[in-house]
Amino acid sequence: MTDTNDNHDPSRRDFLYITTAVFGATGAASVAWPLIDQLNPSASVSALSSIEADISSIPEGGSLKVAWRGKPIFIRRRTKEEIEMAEKEDSVDLPHPEKDLDRVKNKEWLVVVGVCTHLGCIPIADSGDFGGWFCPCHGSHYDISGRIRKGPAPTNLEIPPYEFVNENIIKIG
Amino acid sequence: MNHDYQYTPKNGFSKWLDKRLPLMRFADENLLSFPTPKNLNYFYTFGFILTMCLVTQIITGIVLAMHYVPNTSLAFDSIEHIMRDVNYGWLIRYTHSNGASMFFLAVFIHMFRGLYYGSYKEPREIIWILGVVIFLLMIITGFMGYVLPWGQMSFWGATVITNLVATIPVVGEPVLTLLLGGYSVDNPTLNRFFSLHYLLPFVIFGVVILHIWALHVTGNNNPTGIEVKDSKDTISFHPYYTVKDLFAYVVFLLMFCYFIFYNPNILGHPDNYIEADPMLTPAHIVPEWYLLPFYAILRAVPDKLMGVLLMFGSIVVLFFLPWLDTMKVKSARYRPLYKIFFLLFVIFCLLLGYLGAKPPEGIYLFLSRVSTIYYFAFFLVIMPILSRIEKPSPMPIGISNPAINNDVFDSGGGATGAPSYAMDSK
Amino acid sequence: MNIFKNIFKNNLFIFFIFILVFNTNVDAAEGTTLKNLKPGFSFEGPFGKFDKDSLKRGYQVYSEVCSSCHGMKQLSFRNLSQPGGPEFSIEKVKAIASSYSIVDGTDEYGEPIERSMLPSDHFPKPFSNKDEAKAANNGAYPPDLSLIVKARVDGYNYLYSLLKGYEEEMPDDLDIGDLSYNPWYPGGAIAMYQPLYDESVEYEDGTQATIDQMSYDVTNFLAWAAEPTMEERKRLGFIVMGFLIIFLILMYLSVNRLFRDVH
Repeated sequence: MTDTNDNHDPSRRDFLYITTAVFGATGAASVAWPLIDQLNPSASVSALSSIEADISSIPEGGSLKVAWRGKPIFIRRRTKEEIEMAEKEDSVDLPHPEKDLDRVKNKEWLVVVGVCTHLGCIPIADSGDFGGWFCPCHGSHYDISGRIRKGPAPTNLEIPPYEFVNENIIKIG
Repeated sequence: MNHDYQYTPKNGFSKWLDKRLPLMRFADENLLSFPTPKNLNYFYTFGFILTMCLVTQIITGIVLAMHYVPNTSLAFDSIEHIMRDVNYGWLIRYTHSNGASMFFLAVFIHMFRGLYYGSYKEPREIIWILGVVIFLLMIITGFMGYVLPWGQMSFWGATVITNLVATIPVVGEPVLTLLLGGYSVDNPTLNRFFSLHYLLPFVIFGVVILHIWALHVTGNNNPTGIEVKDSKDTISFHPYYTVKDLFAYVVFLLMFCYFIFYNPNILGHPDNYIEADPMLTPAHIVPEWYLLPFYAILRAVPDKLMGVLLMFGSIVVLFFLPWLDTMKVKSARYRPLYKIFFLLFVIFCLLLGYLGAKPPEGIYLFLSRVSTIYYFAFFLVIMPILSRIEKPSPMPIGISNPAINNDVFDSGGGATGAPSYAMDSK
Repeated sequence: MNIFKNIFKNNLFIFFIFILVFNTNVDAAEGTTLKNLKPGFSFEGPFGKFDKDSLKRGYQVYSEVCSSCHGMKQLSFRNLSQPGGPEFSIEKVKAIASSYSIVDGTDEYGEPIERSMLPSDHFPKPFSNKDEAKAANNGAYPPDLSLIVKARVDGYNYLYSLLKGYEEEMPDDLDIGDLSYNPWYPGGAIAMYQPLYDESVEYEDGTQATIDQMSYDVTNFLAWAAEPTMEERKRLGFIVMGFLIIFLILMYLSVNRLFRDVH
C-alpha cells in the first residue's frame, strides 16, 4: 500500500472524509424511508379509514350494522326502558366495570364494535340473558350497554372513535 | 494471488470467528486489501455501478411486488394504484423502470470497456463468458418485466417476440404453446412471466458472484493490458477504489435521478400507458431502447428464421471472443488498427439502435443490413485477421515502468517478447 | 485534472448515446401531422407547478362536456381535494361525489342496492362496457382520459392543439364522410365531433369560456389527472439533486485527496 504523505495535515484530511461519510450515510438512510412508508396504508385504504352512517331511518329499539375497517359496527337506537336498565346496572358487580354514561355520547345511541372480546366472533343482537347481545361461539352475554355480564369474554364491547356530524349522521373513525 | 499482506484478526471475536467461518478474512482479502492495478480509469468503475443497479432493481422490485397484481384484468390498474395511492409508489415505480434503462446503459459501457482493453483474453475467458451469461439473463429479465404493466407495448412486444419461437422448424409451434400456456399471449403468460421475472434477478446475482470470483482469481486487467508484475503496480482496493467507485456512482446517480424526477417517461413509449388490447395493434411496435440494436438485426434479414438466428447469434458470437481475438497485446491503446475498427463497431452499434426504431424499409433497411454485416464481420473476420497481422505501437515495460519495451513481439501468435508479458503474474 | 477529463469523456459518451435515443423515441408521430401548438403550461420545467384555478376550471369542462362519453376510472373524487391538484374543499368534493350514484351490494332479497357516491369512489363510468361505448359513438371508442396525456407523444401540447384543431378549415378536396376534420389528428379525420364551442361551459369563477380557454384548462386538468404526484416529484427531485451535487463535490475532493499519493 502506498505510504500516506506526511505533508498533509491529518485533521484536515480526516475532516473531509468524515464529512463525506456522514453525508453519504444520511443519504443512504433517507433512501430507507420511502421503502418503509410504502408498507403503510395507501391513500385508497386510508380513504376508507372513516365512514359515515346515516341513522335517520333507524326506529326506536332498532339497529344498524355497518362495516368499518373490515369490522362490523352495531349502532343501536335504545328505548327509554333500555337506557334506564343500562344505567341501573352501573352498580351491579360487573366483570369489566364501566358506567353506561362513559360508553355513549348520546344516551339514545349505542355504538360498539360488533366483535366479541373473547376470540372475535360476531355476537347476535337481541339475545342472551341481559337484553343485549349473545355470542354463540363460547357463550358470552353482553347487556344493552355492550358490557360483558356472563361468559369467557374479558372486556366490554369496544367503543370505536365516532362523532355526530349532525343528528342524522355518525362518522366512525 | 500474490500478496505479501496477510489478513490477521485483531481482536478476540475476530480470531474466534476466523477459525469457524472466515467472513472477515474473506471481506478483507476481496474488498479491502485486494491488490488492484493502480492505473484503472473511470471505465473500470462500472462493475460497482452495475452491482448497485442490480441491488436497486431487486429492492424496488420486491417492494413493487407487494402491490402489483399479475392478472390481465388487474395488472394495469394495480400499477396506477402504485403510482397514485401507494405512499411513494410513484418514486419506487419510476426508479425501477428507469433503473432498468440505467442497468443496460451501464452494462453496454462495461462491455465496450472489455472489448477495448481486451479484458476477455487469456486468462480471463471465464469472466467474460460469465458476463455474457449475465447479459443474456438481463435481457430475458427485462423483456419479461416490460410485459408486466400490460400496456399496448407490453402485450404486442410480447406477441411479436414470442412468435419468433414458432419459426423454429418442427418443434416451434408446440414450444410456443408451452411457453405461452395458451394460444396467444394472455393471463397464463403474464402470470409465469411475473414469477420468472422475480426469480431471474437472483440467478443473475449468483452468476455475478461467480463473475467476481473469477475476476479475483486472475486479478483485474488494466488500461495498458500488461499484467501486474509486483506490488509496485498495485494499490489496495480500499480506500482507493471504494472511494473512486463511489464517486463514479454519484455521477451515475445524478443522471439516474434526472430521469426519475424530471423526465421519467422519456425512455419509455407512450403507448404503454394504454391498456393492452388484443384486438388493436399499435402503428409501430418497438421494444425498449436497449433492445433496439437486436431488433434491428432481426428485421434486417428477409427470412424470418435467419433473422431470429442472427439476432441470437449476435449475442452467441460474444461467447467465442477469446478465441476469435488471440493477439497477445490486450489493450487497444497499443493497437492502432484495432482501435479504428473498434470505433467503427461502436458507431455501427449505435446506428443499429437508431435503426431499430425505424420502419424496416428503404434507406433504413439498407443501413441495417450494412450494420449487421459489419457487426458480424468485426468479430468473425476482422478480429482473427488483426490477431495475425497487427503490429502494436510502442508499449511500456509495465504499469509502473513507462520506459518503452523494445522486445515487443510483432505478431499475435508466438510471443518472442520478454517474460514481462507473461500472462501469469503469480 | 486527469480525473475530471475522464469523467467528462465518460459523460460525453453517455449523453451522445442519449441524444441518439431521444431522437428515435421522441419524434412527433411519424410524418404527416402538424407540429403541436405550444401555449406554455405552468407545470412545465423542473420547478413547474399546476395552476389550481385552471385545474378547477378544467375539471368543470371535463365533468360538463367530456364525462358523458369519456371515463376517468383511475381517478377518485378524493383526488380532487388532495394537495398538488385542483384542491377543491372537502365539502365541495363530497357534494360532487354525492351527485352521482352507484350500485353497491345487495339487500336481504338479493336485489342490488343503489347509494350515492362517496369521495372514496372512483369517477363514474359513462358506459357499462366498451361495446356500449362504441355503439353510442359511431363505432369509435372514446378512450378513458385518466392517462391520455402520458399516452400520446408530447401529450399536453397535442391535446391542446387537437381541441382547438376543429377551428381549422378543411381543404375542399378532402372527403372524410361522417368524420370531423382535425389536422392534428393522425390522418386528419377524427370520429369525435367538435366538443368545445365558445361558452360551452359557464365557468364558476367567471372566466370567459372561449374555446382556447377551455382547451387550455381541460388540458391542464388532464395533465394533472395523468400524474397527480407531479408537484411532489419535482419538489423531491430538487432536494435529491441538491444533495447529490453537494455529495458529488465532497466525493470529488475526497478522490483527489486520496489519489494525490498514487503514481
